[in-house]
Amino acid sequence: MSIGSSLSGLGGLRRLSANLLPPSDAAELAAYPTVETSVQPGLALTLRGVNKSFGSQAVLQSLDLDIEPGQFVAIVGRSGCGKSTLLRALAGLETVDDGILFSGPAPLSTRRRDIRLMFQDARLLPWFTVLDNIGLGLQGNWRTQALAALEEVGLAAHASKWPYQLSGGQRQRVALARALIHQPSLLLLDEPLGALDALTRLEMQALIERVWRTHRFTVVLVTHEVEEAVALGERVLVMEQGRVALDLNVDLERPRVRTAQNFLGLRETVFERILSR
Amino acid sequence: MKAPGLLHNNRPLRSAAWAVLPWIVPVLVLLLWHYVSTHGLVSARLFPPPTAVLQTLAELFSSGELWRHISVSFGRAAAGFALGAGLGLILGLLSGLSKTGERLLDTSLQMLRAVPPLALVPLAIMWFGIDETTRVFLIAFATLFPVYLNTYHGIRSLDSGLIEMARNYGLQGWPLIRDVILPGAVPSILVGIRYALSVAWIVLIVAETISASAGVGYLAMTAREFLQTEVVVLSILLYAALGKSTDSAARWLERRWLKWHPSYQREALA
Repeated sequence: MSIGSSLSGLGGLRRLSANLLPPSDAAELAAYPTVETSVQPGLALTLRGVNKSFGSQAVLQSLDLDIEPGQFVAIVGRSGCGKSTLLRALAGLETVDDGILFSGPAPLSTRRRDIRLMFQDARLLPWFTVLDNIGLGLQGNWRTQALAALEEVGLAAHASKWPYQLSGGQRQRVALARALIHQPSLLLLDEPLGALDALTRLEMQALIERVWRTHRFTVVLVTHEVEEAVALGERVLVMEQGRVALDLNVDLERPRVRTAQNFLGLRETVFERILSR
Repeated sequence: MKAPGLLHNNRPLRSAAWAVLPWIVPVLVLLLWHYVSTHGLVSARLFPPPTAVLQTLAELFSSGELWRHISVSFGRAAAGFALGAGLGLILGLLSGLSKTGERLLDTSLQMLRAVPPLALVPLAIMWFGIDETTRVFLIAFATLFPVYLNTYHGIRSLDSGLIEMARNYGLQGWPLIRDVILPGAVPSILVGIRYALSVAWIVLIVAETISASAGVGYLAMTAREFLQTEVVVLSILLYAALGKSTDSAARWLERRWLKWHPSYQREALA
């Protein structure tokens, strides 16, 4: 993915980078060819009969799942229900035993460049500065873009720091910026807020929501926190023994009020489903 | 009872006392040494007073002998270290980065590692004669393994999560090695280098006592024949200074290359 084309697709990022740049650079950036403007903001997902087992332990059992482009799907479930394995299979970090994973007409494995994954730990390279971490794997003049991505997650002032100088929440923000600069069509979040304190987690949830509403990529969030799933997801899936046990649409206005009656009702429904076993 | 309280209240005085504290014992030892050797309590011939050692140092320095011996010794250590550590680094990278390389090399190197370098002295003399080659070979042999082992382990003990992440971000081949694997192995490689440096000096000392015509070891051996104890003592101190200086150089490299590492940050600030 060239810098020019990836920049052109990101409205918000481009606007920010234009603000950050001296006029001449901004003009130069605007002159980049806009080849991929027709690129879909979100990846559609189609899973059919997906099986995966570790030894004799079946983790995913003939799983079927359809996700629309740009949808925010939150997956909850007990430990070992297969939610993390599903996410890693989507990211291409696990191979499935059988079944198909497609995006539209193409196998998901052909769309690796459009898929980015955030882990529970930020996994920043300790020997790279914050800015260099964001530019990981990029070529050419990516620095302006990286600064814009950093700006978007509110950490522009920390560009030249080392990862160890950041707090856990800041590290996850950098990891998010690192994913955003690649302009993903599918963002996979593997309990990215699990290790954060309650207040930081709320801030990060708001940030993820804002970023998703700006870029409209497809998001699959795996979490163990029901409230987080209902607060963020347009759709909440409860997984049980490698299958989808509950598929719930969350039709609430954003930003969601966590004390509202309908919010609490949905949260209760999901809770009951998880606890019913 | 008042003194400690006074020290606690007076910060500059306290920090000065703190700076002086480690030097009290060495200075006392020197004074004691000087006293017993100048007052005939021990033979001044076997325990030359520090002043005699200093005087020898000044003489050797002004005659230019000192630099000649030091540079010869340093050159031997550097050549052997460059060969051994360089080869160790290359072999460690091969073993660390490739399963085939590990399978091919590791067993052989582990077997060779069991051989004490100094046990090779007679064999090396038979192969290369009493020559510079012998000394360089012995140092190279001794420094190869610490660098090899630490490079190999540094790569193998990398956080697999980071590699998984980097692959997910499209890194593979040389960029993956350059940006992720090598920087991650650097702390361990530097430990190997520091250890190899200390080993290089130890082997050099032994190698230089095998009939050399220059070098700090030669200086010591000829001085022993003429019972110039102060020169022998000076040679020992020279070895200590040389070893200390290369170790300091390695530590300087550590601080420079490991700026990102929280445990080196405090040292760098100090």
